[in-house]
Amino acid sequence: MSPEAEAPGSTATEEAATEEAAPPSPRHGEIVEALRSALGEGFLQHHYSAREAWVRVAPDSWRQAAKVCREQLGLSYLDFISGIDWKQAPDLGAEKRWDPDAEPGVDPDDGPGRWVTGVAGGETRFQVFARLEDVDRHVGITLKADAGDGPSGPDRSSAPRAESWVPLFRGADWHERETWEMYGIEFDGHPGLRHLYLPGEFEGFPLRKDFPLLAREVKPWPGLVNVEGLPGEEAEAEGESAEGAEP
Amino acid sequence: MTVTEYQKAAYVAGQAADARINFEIEAEGMTLNMGPQHPATHGTLRVVVRLDGEQVVWADPIPGYMHRGYEKLCEVRDYAQVTTLINRIDWLGSFCNEVPFILAAEELMGIEAPPRAQYIRTVLFEMGRIANLTLFLGDMAAQIGALTPVFYAFRDREYVLNLIEAATGGRFHPNFDRIGGLKDDLPKGWIDETRLVMRRIRHFCDEIDDLIIGNRIFEDRCRGIGVIPRDIALEYGISGPNARASGIDWDLRRDEDSPLAWKHCDWKVWTHPDGDSFARYWVRQQEVREATRIVEQLLDGLPAGPIRAKTPARIRVPKGETWIHTENPLGEMGYYVISDGSPGGPFRCKIRTPSFSNVSIVPWLLRGVFVPDVITILASLYFILGDIDR
Amino acid sequence: MGLVESDKLPKPLTKLLNWGRSSSLWMYQWGLACCAIEMGAAMGSPRYDIMRLGVIPLPASARHSDFVCISGTVTDKMAPSIKRLYEQMPEPKYVISMGSCANCGGPYWDSYSVTKGVDQIIPVDVYVPGCPPRPEALLEAIVILQAKIRQEDMGARWRGEPVVTRG
Repeated sequence: MSPEAEAPGSTATEEAATEEAAPPSPRHGEIVEALRSALGEGFLQHHYSAREAWVRVAPDSWRQAAKVCREQLGLSYLDFISGIDWKQAPDLGAEKRWDPDAEPGVDPDDGPGRWVTGVAGGETRFQVFARLEDVDRHVGITLKADAGDGPSGPDRSSAPRAESWVPLFRGADWHERETWEMYGIEFDGHPGLRHLYLPGEFEGFPLRKDFPLLAREVKPWPGLVNVEGLPGEEAEAEGESAEGAEP
Repeated sequence: MTVTEYQKAAYVAGQAADARINFEIEAEGMTLNMGPQHPATHGTLRVVVRLDGEQVVWADPIPGYMHRGYEKLCEVRDYAQVTTLINRIDWLGSFCNEVPFILAAEELMGIEAPPRAQYIRTVLFEMGRIANLTLFLGDMAAQIGALTPVFYAFRDREYVLNLIEAATGGRFHPNFDRIGGLKDDLPKGWIDETRLVMRRIRHFCDEIDDLIIGNRIFEDRCRGIGVIPRDIALEYGISGPNARASGIDWDLRRDEDSPLAWKHCDWKVWTHPDGDSFARYWVRQQEVREATRIVEQLLDGLPAGPIRAKTPARIRVPKGETWIHTENPLGEMGYYVISDGSPGGPFRCKIRTPSFSNVSIVPWLLRGVFVPDVITILASLYFILGDIDR
Repeated sequence: MGLVESDKLPKPLTKLLNWGRSSSLWMYQWGLACCAIEMGAAMGSPRYDIMRLGVIPLPASARHSDFVCISGTVTDKMAPSIKRLYEQMPEPKYVISMGSCANCGGPYWDSYSVTKGVDQIIPVDVYVPGCPPRPEALLEAIVILQAKIRQEDMGARWRGEPVVTRG
């Protein structure tokens, strides 16, 4: 497999160089162009890697994008629908310890519009993303859309939202229930968002980055007390004398 | 045997009495809870069905009794620790769970495992498939009522587990895959032993042919039961042998350009047009046979060389996102790994498990079905609770 | 029997009854996760047969069983069922906790939905470490349980006192 990195020029914040990357196959290119012409304004960004294609659509076009994929492009297999929370969990060094007093990670201005997001960009803290496949032509595409910044308290009106795919893909029912349960993303048009995995009385949305794992808070994992480097590693990394390297 | 007039009259009277009773008693629907602990649900799946007499009106599977929070746990562990954890998702063919994650990490880091490692990964992958599906072959028969094949399945599976243990150290949960290759090379004599075991597994499949496939009871209980049409299967995301039993000719080993060694051997994708429970059983049986042939071919052509590419001692995956999916024994399993470039583990690891989608079709599939067929359908869909619940 | 309650059971009879109880255990298998497969291998595979120890893994329900083997991860959603199951079993009952998930939460010690060990819900007699423990480890646990039963003071058990194993 060829060495895989992000498309050239892609750093923490820039996505402009992705247009230069070629689609991994002609069919990927056709799919992206068809989506672009069908969605018009709703088509925000796309990204190619050596094997995959990503398209980010506007939140209003989320269901429309799925409709186009399913009916016109033959992408009728629903792989999954899920969410991403782009907030950095506090104090993530190599120790991955939860420190409730720590400043949030990379992003100094922890507010909307300044999230450090991944491929195909993103403006809000929460995104929904989904993947569809065409089982006959063996191509697939990952769709992303911004969902909002949350948080959703007892009044669910400020929750992150997305349009539900249940009218198009019956299997979306469970995927959206799980995404709601883990992130709090409300799906408009879903027949009934209720808990899938968690017991009914569970409070909170576990996969959000500000949901702590209490066992780690009470007692950090005892195996991660790092007093010396691995053999030879410090000499390689620092290029200095290998005084810290113990056999 | 002749029936006397008296017997005829008694029979007619009995039917008439029945009819009177059925007309007079208004039967309400009954809610049957196949609770989380049930021999037929392969683990802790709770299925609540509402019955009208013997027929199911609606069904609601309630997963989550084995939800361990994998996606959250993956975020707080680093890549080596995640590998240890994820082979407990599909706990029968465990090596198969590690492979897509390691391939995703390798793709993000730009590391390529040497060919010997790819071949041995494929061999272990197929052996995980054999371990998984042989249990299915025995277990579904046990759900149908044939209690003997389960013991044959466990007995012959032991040989495969012994081989996996000899190579990796664990009967299941091998935790053997590493970024850049594998942990160790194969022990001496393993290849010859494996050839014998593959022959034994094929013999087991022939035993299943004799005991189950032509069996009248099995056919009556399985043919035409739980038919999944092709387009419904795609909507729900059904994959793997379930999809191939509905006629969808899709196998990621053949159709996806994966670095593993399936393209170096000659094998066949089995499909069945019917889409019923019998088809799902039959497809899996053929897949076990095919897996033995794949293993033998790969062992014949095993290249020499290193077992692991040179990787840094501290794994630090550059920023990026990738999606890798493989044809696991249960279906299509995929990992969407988002890395933010920091040392430690993935930023977000979405695990797409096949049984989640396979079970999401149960509410649709069980409508109008009789109670004994509920067991057949659940058995033929073949989910593993760790796979549904993660 | 009145003899048991009033502690007047003669020693040879105690030994006989304990031996009988320990050699004819009915095991309720509460197989949850991966350890259930090893428990199944211990039961169903001819190599690690537990029936040779006198343990029959096929009671019709919890109310017929002598001990329960909790194998696999216990989640918070599942915990009430386990408690209810344990209460359904008749005395004297024993619990084997198999696997590190049932012992202490195991690899999921920091999860938000896992009960960190089944001994938070029900009392456990024998712990089997391992992930998963080999079927032979489960056999050893059963042998240890049998030894424990053989040393039991039936009067103390009847009165519900904590069971102390001697020796």
